[in-house]
Amino acid sequence: MPATMNPTTSRIQVRPATDKEGRKDYISIRDFNFYYTEKKALESISLDVPERRVVAFIGPSGCGKSTLLRNLNRMNDLVDGIRHEGDITINGRSIYDPGLEVISLRRRVGMVFQKSNPFPKSIYENVVYALRVMGVRDRAILDEACETSLRKAALWDEVKDRLQDSALGLSGGQMQRLCIARAIANRPEILLMDEPCSALDPIATGKIEELIHELKEQFTIVIVTHSMQQAARVSDRTAFFYLGKLIEYDTTEKIFMNPSQAQTEAYISGRFG
Amino acid sequence: MANQPSDSATPKGEPWVWFTSLGLIVGLAMVVGLLGLVLVNGFSVFWAPAVPTIKLADGATHIGQLAQRRIRPGSLATEPRYERQYQVGLREVNGGSYIWVDEKKIAQESVDPAVLGLERMENGPAFVVPVALIDAKGVRLEASAASFFSAVQAEVGHAGEIREQLTDINRRQIGEVNAEMETLRIAQRRAEDRREPTQAIVDRLAKLDTRFAELKAEADEVTATISAAKLEVHDASGRALTLPVASLVRAWEPNRMTFSQRVGLFFGRLREFLMDEPREANTEGGLMPAIFGTLVMTVFMSLLVTPFGVIAAIYLREYAKDGPVLRAVRICVNNLAGVPSIVFGVFGLGFFVYVLGGSLDRLFFADQLKYNNNTPVFGTGGLLWCSLTLALMTLPVVIVATEEALSAVPRGMREASLAAGASKWQTIRDILLPASAPGILTGVILAMARGAGEVAPLMLVGVVKLAPTLPVDGLAPFLHLDRKFMHLGFHIFDLGFQSPDSDAARPMVFATTLLLIVLVVCLNLGAITLRNRLRARFKGASF
Repeated sequence: MPATMNPTTSRIQVRPATDKEGRKDYISIRDFNFYYTEKKALESISLDVPERRVVAFIGPSGCGKSTLLRNLNRMNDLVDGIRHEGDITINGRSIYDPGLEVISLRRRVGMVFQKSNPFPKSIYENVVYALRVMGVRDRAILDEACETSLRKAALWDEVKDRLQDSALGLSGGQMQRLCIARAIANRPEILLMDEPCSALDPIATGKIEELIHELKEQFTIVIVTHSMQQAARVSDRTAFFYLGKLIEYDTTEKIFMNPSQAQTEAYISGRFG
Repeated sequence: MANQPSDSATPKGEPWVWFTSLGLIVGLAMVVGLLGLVLVNGFSVFWAPAVPTIKLADGATHIGQLAQRRIRPGSLATEPRYERQYQVGLREVNGGSYIWVDEKKIAQESVDPAVLGLERMENGPAFVVPVALIDAKGVRLEASAASFFSAVQAEVGHAGEIREQLTDINRRQIGEVNAEMETLRIAQRRAEDRREPTQAIVDRLAKLDTRFAELKAEADEVTATISAAKLEVHDASGRALTLPVASLVRAWEPNRMTFSQRVGLFFGRLREFLMDEPREANTEGGLMPAIFGTLVMTVFMSLLVTPFGVIAAIYLREYAKDGPVLRAVRICVNNLAGVPSIVFGVFGLGFFVYVLGGSLDRLFFADQLKYNNNTPVFGTGGLLWCSLTLALMTLPVVIVATEEALSAVPRGMREASLAAGASKWQTIRDILLPASAPGILTGVILAMARGAGEVAPLMLVGVVKLAPTLPVDGLAPFLHLDRKFMHLGFHIFDLGFQSPDSDAARPMVFATTLLLIVLVVCLNLGAITLRNRLRARFKGASF
């Protein structure tokens, strides 16, 4: 299902901008429009995500934040009848570049889903799945990747003695951390998280949030969340979406303390949404 | 309270429970009734009850085993008159094995402890009063002697051993020689045709001829040792008869046996039924070839239908673009399940046997055709074509089940795999197929159940009443896909409707039906166990 490209869309080459600390903008979204058949889901979104930072997408249900997130690794390609205009570049290269295989894009952009979705395989096989599909057969490499990823996902100590057990025997929070371990096993550059804590209790949520803090040392993270507190806790920058439009995008501090848009303020203070 | 609106219009509880459970009850009643009928009738074949001697009002006497009792056709419902059917045996004397007797005309019913039940190689069973056993040397042993029955048993057992030896020589050894001679003759004709030297073949043939003669002589020798012993008996009306012991398969004393002896006989007969080959136009003896044929055919069919069905379903569900064409294909596949099975049989005969089999023969067995009087190898019905025909017939079941199973795999798993950088095929192979394996197996179970019980198409593409050889044996290539075989379903049809003595065949019909049901249940249990093992791997899934 190839996305139908608007022929008039020119690929905009974005000049790498730098923020205060000198970090490059890693993901650049420019004038991005997105349609499900006739319904316009996203309208002229432009947004930059700096390297090794956490950016949170917030907004009421149906505002398009998940749609945008799922465009970053082209998961929306699975849906019939989608169309986009504008461009998204990662490290200067368009993700819609016909020369770029969607598989290699997804290897660089890992994803953690709202519902934890471990495969009905062993814990070990779950973690090394991305390496297996890349064709890695060397047991030593797989073992090492498994341990590293599980350690990074703060799950190693809990499962190291039962790596060959079914992943479906883990608790909800463990499963979600397993999914994070799986997503980072092949060392992607970007980690997308689609409401990763919405099905978890506060303790598990706390663990995941801690994890996000640690992971941003290595990965550029985009997280969609319904919890304003969570956005405030984990992200460096926050983007507020409403009805398919990007209303405001700024540092998290500014968004929560002193938003420039009235709609943003109304949303974060809980008056709608 | 009285002012409140009455609830009586909307009854409390769940009235629809009764209605829906009614459906289940009807279904259960039918299943239990059918199974019960088959079970009782099927197992009673092997049970040896007491055999009464009945004297009728007109003076006739019969010794027979009660087969059934029913209301006389035409008798009034208010005062029903019953009649009984007895299996009296001795078909060659009585003209038939079964008689109907009006219950009112039975003057006296007694149990004679001396009565002997005999199963024979020919002419069905016999119920007689023994007089004496005359052994091969002419020594006479009166029936009143204490050792009489054990002597009879010993003689019958001896005759059975010799028959087994003969079968081994005739079937196995001579069969092997014949098979080789056949191949050599074809080779000889080919060599002659091409003007190649045939000396080696002729030599080998001569050797085989000698071997054949040797075996024949051996067989004759064994035949000569068949006991010349005779059993002097008289039948119910007192006529004296002499039965050669060599013709007896089994003897029992229905009116003297203890319960445990009856149980022993029951299992002895059951063993024969399961392990031996049929006798007497299939109405007696065992069903081993048919059991084996059914089993091999069903397993082979499952092996064929599963990959075809799964591959087709993967394409339909995962690759094909949704649209009118896909929907039309789905409807066609589903309707394929509604095509009468005989149509598949006709298709199998026309396409598989004649077109495919004929082409195979022309391509690979041209010599065989040319030098063996145009005897077809694959161009005639056989195991392969039966399995293929049934595989085609059960294909929709597997396709539909697989499609359902694939679509039931949680979307999250698919997305997780793709997001990890797996290709579509890797996702299908590593995630979707393992996760949908239990569902696919459900389809295979249904396909097996349907395929194992199917008869009509098989009659056209390779099932026969009596196959001389099994489809699997010790001769290379061990699995003979071209061979015709016997099948339990066809056996039921053949016994019930094509048998010259339908009364004698009736109990066997039930026993065979029972066996077929048991076989299908066993196959299904195997598949279900496998499915449960697979399912256990998904236990605790939280999606």
